[in-house]
Amino acid sequence: MINKVSPDLASAVSAVQDGSVVMIGGFGDAGSPTELIHAVVDRGVSDLTVISNNAGNGLVGLAALLNGGAVRKIICSYPRSSHSVVFEELYRAGRVELETVPQGTLAERIRAAGAGIGGFYTKTSAGTPVANGKEIRIIDGEEFVFEAPLKADVALVKAQTADRWGNLTFRLTARNFGPIMCMAAAHTIVQVRRIVPLGAIDPESVVTPGIFVDTVVQVAEPMSERTAVIQERAYP
Amino acid sequence: MTTFGPKGLSVPQMAWRAAQDIPDGSYVNLGIGMPELVADHVPTGREIVFHSENGVLGAGPIAGPDEEDEELINAGKKMVTLVPGAALFHHADSFAMIRGGHIDVCVLGAFQVGTNGDLANWSTGGSDAIPAIGGAMDLVAGVKRVVVLTKHVTKTGERKLVETCTYPLTGQSVVSRIYSDLAVIDVTDGGFVAVEILEGLSIEDLASLTGGPLRPAPGIVSLAPPNL
Repeated sequence: MINKVSPDLASAVSAVQDGSVVMIGGFGDAGSPTELIHAVVDRGVSDLTVISNNAGNGLVGLAALLNGGAVRKIICSYPRSSHSVVFEELYRAGRVELETVPQGTLAERIRAAGAGIGGFYTKTSAGTPVANGKEIRIIDGEEFVFEAPLKADVALVKAQTADRWGNLTFRLTARNFGPIMCMAAAHTIVQVRRIVPLGAIDPESVVTPGIFVDTVVQVAEPMSERTAVIQERAYP
Repeated sequence: MTTFGPKGLSVPQMAWRAAQDIPDGSYVNLGIGMPELVADHVPTGREIVFHSENGVLGAGPIAGPDEEDEELINAGKKMVTLVPGAALFHHADSFAMIRGGHIDVCVLGAFQVGTNGDLANWSTGGSDAIPAIGGAMDLVAGVKRVVVLTKHVTKTGERKLVETCTYPLTGQSVVSRIYSDLAVIDVTDGGFVAVEILEGLSIEDLASLTGGPLRPAPGIVSLAPPNL
């Protein structure tokens, strides 16, 4: 029998260890797996490398993980925002390493890892400082930059609905990096609002097939990071 | 605050001008900030589909108080709506649309545009600046037509249209046209060419606020937006 449903958040994130490379879904607060991140904060792990589009807001979610000193390095496309205070302080103090990647290159590197592709050439970043030190190849007369796949030990993702096989649906723009991160990690952990019986998700509506998912945990009413940031709430 | 140069178009007027050039049926990506306003000025009768790189085709207006949903945002992380016919997808598909040449037009902001169409809009290169790239490098690499919406000079009077960009590049020779508060300028092999110029502003005055060679187009006309 296949049952990927975990009884609680603490057991769900037990795969996260010191030194793990952790993908975290979400674009800003949309799709941020806030409760899973907080469960990782509670584990007290350190030396993490985090791969995420942004670098957290306020004092919750990814910002809470950074604030607790758990993160050694972050790989992202856009670390700056009006509320990315924790990241900026750590970065300026030299306490967190940053690798900035163009957003589409970040997405494709993740997808490539999940699809078993050993990298790809893209026109993105050609002629810019981001291409420095990377292999350049001329294809059809245009300059392309080689980018390597980006894989992770663990992915933390938020979705809308799952069944016990790990089939997922997403909601609106909370989908963003979720489906590709599910593919690219050795162990994918997903928090969902609802867990439904097998067969309750129309097979034509499955966005991420369960083969890409290892652990599912229900968080029926996830917190609003947007509200938490406005109210200046902190975790823990 | 001191302002430099002549009083040019308002920001809504600049957005209006850029919107006039977007053909019916286009798929369009708007950069964060000022370019987002272009969506408010699409001429009546044109059907234009707005792409947001976080996974939306058919992004509609900013959500009203009763429509707000934190899981429906645009690339600027503002809560938006969907128009009938909208589609949602993940990030790799979204950037396949961008890199694969499926998006017709993108309108971006700029720190600097070079006479050769080079664009710098992600970092001023300062030692304490936090580098944040977002989707700009993918957009300029893949979108069919890249145009820039920007004030002609900075708040401190520095030129933004320059002979050669001094800030780190977003892309090389990517910009086709610039909509500023003073002019509409094409980027050509022969440098900047003004096709429309603010009423009452001379080409010499415009050239003095522009780095690199600038010449008037043979059929140059006045830039005449409505009051906005």
